[in-house]
Amino acid sequence: MTVNPFLPMSDTQTDTEEFSLSSETLAKIDEVITHYPEKEKRSATLPLLHLVQEEKGYISQPAMEWIADKLGLTPINVYELVTFYPMFREKPVGRRHVRVCRTLSCALVGSHKTCKVLQDKLGCDLDGVSADGEFSIEYAECLAGCGTGPVLMVDDDFYENIDEAKAAELADRLKAETKD
Amino acid sequence: MATTPQEKRIILKNIDQDGYTRDIDCYLANGGYEVLKQTVTKDPADLCKEIETSGLRGRGGAGFPCGMKWKFLDRKSGKPIYLVCNADESEPGTFKDRQIIHKDPHQLIEGMMCSAFAIQAACAYIYIRGEFPEGAKILEEAIEEARKKNFVGKNICGTKYSCEIYVHRGAGAYICGEETGLIESLEGKRAYPRIKPPFFPAVLGLYQCPTAVNNVETLCNVKHVFDMGGEEYAKIGKPGNTGTRILCVSGHVKKPGYYEFEVGSLTLGQLIYDVCGGLPEGRTLKAVIPGGSSAKVLRADERYTGKTKSGEEFDWSLEDIPLDFDSLMAAGSMAGSGGVIVMDDTTDMVEALGNINAFYAHESCGQCTPCREGSLWMKKITTRMLEGQPRLEDVDLLKSVADQIAGRTICAFGEACAWPTQSFVLKFRDEFIAKAEKQIKESSPSREPALAETE
Repeated sequence: MTVNPFLPMSDTQTDTEEFSLSSETLAKIDEVITHYPEKEKRSATLPLLHLVQEEKGYISQPAMEWIADKLGLTPINVYELVTFYPMFREKPVGRRHVRVCRTLSCALVGSHKTCKVLQDKLGCDLDGVSADGEFSIEYAECLAGCGTGPVLMVDDDFYENIDEAKAAELADRLKAETKD
Repeated sequence: MATTPQEKRIILKNIDQDGYTRDIDCYLANGGYEVLKQTVTKDPADLCKEIETSGLRGRGGAGFPCGMKWKFLDRKSGKPIYLVCNADESEPGTFKDRQIIHKDPHQLIEGMMCSAFAIQAACAYIYIRGEFPEGAKILEEAIEEARKKNFVGKNICGTKYSCEIYVHRGAGAYICGEETGLIESLEGKRAYPRIKPPFFPAVLGLYQCPTAVNNVETLCNVKHVFDMGGEEYAKIGKPGNTGTRILCVSGHVKKPGYYEFEVGSLTLGQLIYDVCGGLPEGRTLKAVIPGGSSAKVLRADERYTGKTKSGEEFDWSLEDIPLDFDSLMAAGSMAGSGGVIVMDDTTDMVEALGNINAFYAHESCGQCTPCREGSLWMKKITTRMLEGQPRLEDVDLLKSVADQIAGRTICAFGEACAWPTQSFVLKFRDEFIAKAEKQIKESSPSREPALAETE
C-alpha cells in the first residue's frame, strides 16, 4: 500500500502491512451498505467505521483507506469523520475501555470521585492506558442517564448509580475478569 | 398546598410495569400495532390534519408544531420523502428517549410507521446516538420482529404501502441532535448544520429530498394522536401546549427519575417537592435549570413577573412556575427537552457553569467562528476562575463573550452555549464576583476540583 501524503502516518501500523477484516465483519459491512440508496454509499461511512473499530479497537490509516476504497470515496472523506466524531480513535485503548460521564447532573452527584477511584484502582491516568494494557479511562460528555448518576460505560455496557464504593467494587470485578 | 397532580402516563404507560417486556408478543398482548392497522386504512392527508388539530409540539427541545413541520413537506417535487427519527438524545439532563428505546421499542416503531404512512415516506431512519450501542441492538431486533409480522417493510398490513426502517448510529457528537447536522451526519459527513432559511429539511433534507425529522417522544405521541383523534388529544394539557410531557429530573432531589404529566398540570415546586421527594435532608433549593443544560438557569429566591402569551399578568416564585412551553418562556427560560436539573445550596455556581462551559466547548462543531472561539473562551475564563487565577473583570468578560455568540451562528447551538453563561452571570453575579475577589485576596492557585474537571 502506498503512503498517502494527506494522512498522518500511524505509529502503530506500517504502510507495508496489509489491512484485512474478518469474514463476519465483511458480511456485516456488505449488509449495512444496502441500507442506503445506491448513489448515497457515503452514508455508510459511520457504520463502517463502527464495524472496523469494533474488530480492530481503533481506526488506523490503512483502515481509513480501505473504507474509502470500499465506498468510492477519497481517504480524506473518512479521515475528516474520524477527527470530528469523538467516539473514533486513531490509537488503541485498553482492552476494557471505561467512559465516565463528566457532565453536570452526574457531576452534581460526584462523578469526578467515581472517576478518581477507578483511575487509582485500575492503575491508569485519565485518557491513558494502564501499564498492562488492560484498562483505559476517559471522561465522556452526557451519557443520557442523568437520573441515575453517576453513570459510566465499560465498553458497550452501561452502569448506573456508581458512587465511590460501587466504583471500587466494579474495579475489583473488572480486574478479576482479566485474570481468568 | 393543592394536592399533587397525578401522573398521566400515555407514552410511559407500560414502561416499568410488572411483567412488561420489550418483545413484540408482549407489545401485541397489550394492544400493540392495532393503531397502525387502523391508520393504514385512512387517507394520509386526513391523518396529517389530525396531527395539526392535536396541536402536538416537538418534544426534542424547540417545541415546533409537528403538524406544521409535516405540512411544509414538499410533495410536488416527486422526490422520495424521508422520515428520520432523532434519537440522538444528548442534551445534558435528558434521559427519556433511552427509556422508550430500551423498554418499549415497539411503541416507537409503531409511531414511526404511523408517521411514515401519514407523510407517505419512502424510507425511514432512526439516528441513534453512538453511546447507545445496546439501544441500537434492541431497536434492530425489534424492527426485525416487526418485519416478520409485516408491520415494517414491504406491503405493510397487506396494503400497497411499503417502508423500511434502518438504524443508523452516531458517534458521540452532540451537534447531531440539530436536525440539519443530523442529516449531514446521516449522509456520511461531518455534522455541520446547514444554513436555513431559505431551505428547510421539509424541502431539501436528506439527499436533497423532503425530510421530516422528529424526536422519539414526538413520534410515539403520533401513535396516540391517531388512536384517540386529534380533537381528543388536544383536550389533554393546555391550549397550545397539548398532550403529556416526560420530565426528567436529576441533580439534588431525593427521587430523581422520569415522570409523565399533562403539559402544564403541575408547577416546578410540585415536581421537586411532591413528585421527587424534595431535596436531600438539610439542604435548600438554590437554582433550577428547567429544560436541559442550555436552558437559562432560574434562581430560587427570585420573583418572576410579567405577562403570559395570552396576556395574563403573573407574579410567580420559582416553585409556582407551571411546567409548560409558554410559561417557562414567560419566566425567561424554556421547557426545552424536559430535562430538569436541580441544584441545592451546596452548589458552587462558578463550578456548575464551568462544567456546562466545558461541555459546550467540547461539542461546538467549529463551523462558525463566534461559537467555536466563544465557547472555548467561556470555558477558559471559568476554568481560570476555578483554578485560582481569576481577574476582576472576568464576570463582565464572560457576559461580553456570550453576548457576541447568540444570533451570530448558523444553528441554535450559539444560543445553547451562550444562555447558560448569560443567565448564570446575570442571576449569580454576586457569587461570581465574591469568588473572584476572595481568590485574588488569597492568591491561592491550588484547588480541589468539585464539578468542573478541567484538563
